[in-house]
Amino acid sequence: MSRIVGIDLGTTNSLVAYVEGGVPRVIRDPEGRALLPSIVAYTPDGILVGEPARRQLVRNPARTIYSVKRFMGRGYEDIQDELCHCPFEFLASADVLRIKVGDSAVTPPEVSAHVLRALRQRAEAFFGEPVEQAVITVPAYFNDSQRQATKDAGRVAGLDVLRIVNEPTAASLAYGLQKLAQGTIAVYDLGGGTFDVSILSVKDGIFEVLATHGNTHLGGDDFDRVLVEWLLADIRETHRVDLSKDPEARQELRLGAEAAKCRLSFDDRTLLTLPFEGFTYHRALTRAEVEGLIGPLVEATLGPCRMALKDAGLTPDRIDEVVLVGGSTRVPLVRRRVQDLFGRVPHSQLNPDEVVALGAAVQAQILAGGITDMLLLDVTPLSLGLETLGGVVSVLIPRNTTIPTMAKELFTTSVDGQGAVDLHVLQGERELARDNRSLARFELSGVDPMPAGMPKIEVTFLIDANGILQVRARELRTGKEASIEVRPTYGLTEAEVARMVEESFEHAEEDVNARLLIETRTEADTVMTHVERALAQGAGLVSAGELAGIRGALQALREVRSGQDRDLIRERTIEVNKATERLAEAMMDAALKGALSSRRADEILGPK
Amino acid sequence: MNDYFAVFGLPRKLRLDGEELQRRFYELSRVHHPDFHQGASEEAQARALSASALVNRAYRALRDPLGRVEYLVALEEGREGAATKPRAPMDLLEEMLEVQEALQEARAAGLDEASRQRLDAERQRLMARRASEEEAIAARAAAWDAAVDGQGDRQGLLDWFTQRLAARAYLGTVIEDLSDALGEGEEGHVSHRRH
Repeated sequence: MSRIVGIDLGTTNSLVAYVEGGVPRVIRDPEGRALLPSIVAYTPDGILVGEPARRQLVRNPARTIYSVKRFMGRGYEDIQDELCHCPFEFLASADVLRIKVGDSAVTPPEVSAHVLRALRQRAEAFFGEPVEQAVITVPAYFNDSQRQATKDAGRVAGLDVLRIVNEPTAASLAYGLQKLAQGTIAVYDLGGGTFDVSILSVKDGIFEVLATHGNTHLGGDDFDRVLVEWLLADIRETHRVDLSKDPEARQELRLGAEAAKCRLSFDDRTLLTLPFEGFTYHRALTRAEVEGLIGPLVEATLGPCRMALKDAGLTPDRIDEVVLVGGSTRVPLVRRRVQDLFGRVPHSQLNPDEVVALGAAVQAQILAGGITDMLLLDVTPLSLGLETLGGVVSVLIPRNTTIPTMAKELFTTSVDGQGAVDLHVLQGERELARDNRSLARFELSGVDPMPAGMPKIEVTFLIDANGILQVRARELRTGKEASIEVRPTYGLTEAEVARMVEESFEHAEEDVNARLLIETRTEADTVMTHVERALAQGAGLVSAGELAGIRGALQALREVRSGQDRDLIRERTIEVNKATERLAEAMMDAALKGALSSRRADEILGPK
Repeated sequence: MNDYFAVFGLPRKLRLDGEELQRRFYELSRVHHPDFHQGASEEAQARALSASALVNRAYRALRDPLGRVEYLVALEEGREGAATKPRAPMDLLEEMLEVQEALQEARAAGLDEASRQRLDAERQRLMARRASEEEAIAARAAAWDAAVDGQGDRQGLLDWFTQRLAARAYLGTVIEDLSDALGEGEEGHVSHRRH
């Protein structure tokens, strides 16, 4: 069997890993970076992925798609409350969500496919051979549509997705392989956009998930969002400027807030300095202040923890080990609250950013037959049911059932000669169909004409090891397979996926050099914009000779920017950076002084 | 209907060693789980999927002692699905009339402190009652196992189990309704009513 890689397709960052000599390892890019930012920029020159796309966030906010995982497998009406936070635009549609990019539109699986393709290329460059099979992780609390969308993204990226694995359980595999966690363990996984908690029993190489719970719309992104709202209000008050409708400024603030949040995981206080049109915003932030803002979000993770414990039939004192996963678990408040709840110090020996990808690689190795003494028995996170008379849901497979699993149900006709039966399949915990997630409508057709109530159609609902539903139907009297037409409520149809796969083959032929040239050009653009802005604000801080040097370097770069010589563009970009070193230092000094002199000390420390 | 006891090579008896059951579950999982049949033919993979699903369902049905009784009764009586769900005993239904009335009032007119306390006390009482029903059911497991060995009235026991399980299920429904009325239902997570 050919090589199978493990991929963590994250909200903020994505990674690819493999197992060698029994040890899972992350594959790094040539610059040594493990994390690939899950960002795709649709620039006029072409598509950028990862770090180069990240630099487009501020320059090109409407066409730079980030956190697309939040939109996988969802419908337009699901995301109404998030629209105002996004700089990109969604098209109103009844089925699958579409994001507007210039004159055309892309679906979340297509955007994710670009991220997956970049990881695949990274792995291929590393191994020096094609990589066609992968295990991809998803949040444990992802529903069927979200899982299917992830699988579709893999296919569009040219990957055969052999398994969809839940992120917290993948993490437990990575810990378990190294015998770092045994007994009854709780995995608390707070990522960029999603939260999961899983309770497992780890014994004799079997990783049995007892219960899982979560929230697919709660993560570090939300921490950033409340910070941004707070900073916007602060700017309104201190500078009398409303930046909330300015997508570029919002994006600057979001990146600044995110960086400040990360620094506050290690420091008690930090200084935020952001240049805007006409003014520079300085703000001192303390950890306590930020904890006050994100506190309610952290609290919101504890309810699902209690639910998972309850479903597992356990009390917190029965948990032997607690494992932290996801970048957001670096936040000290998160650690404290988790420790309070479970009454023990959580584990975090394995890098919380990498552990899910490592676990995916372990699962890949199990599938490849390279590991035979470990087995993951996962569960389905949500109950699966059918709509019955009166819009009530009849549960076929309760949540936290070990997968694969199946349920059979008999159906009949209600009218003489009826040739088809409609079924509406839902996922969720509510009693009424309309309050649950609609997965698909099935039409059983080809029923032989018989008096009402005579046909006996046995429908088998099977949830496979990926947590994805398969449906089969059979007429018992004739033994005939009834044909099923599936109309996924929010997913892509088979034809759409096939078309995307085809298109992606065309794009795969794109010259790598062309892509690298685009990256180099956009990097040059970014540098030029920054330097021009710096010159506008800080020209008085350096000597005339210094300024002439900067302007000369800028001009030299401008002359070659649109040319074909990538090395020359990069060289001159570096020259500009060098020429502006002193200016940047002078501006930073001035900013610090400004922050200290223009405000009273208690202002800088923040409100009590 | 599949005999889940047979899946584990066990007789249809109610007293089971939980650890032994888990051991057999793990053993069968290692044989059938699709993870270990990845390279096999499509048919072999489909077989593994079905077999693994069966093992998982069997374990789920048997691991909890009360769930095991429910499953046993359904298996012995050849009942399937919700259509033939046994009704709760008449005397229990009559006994609950008063509670149901109070519930309806609460739903229509809202709760004042006195009726809140009354419903809560009623709920406590019913939970204790359900617990004692469950104990009574568990206590008869040994009698069933003896009957399997030819020492007792199998049908009589099955009828008795059916009655007591129906009573327990009905008590559960009323307790849930009371919790909802008291505003203590788990938000967004109405628990499942077994069928």
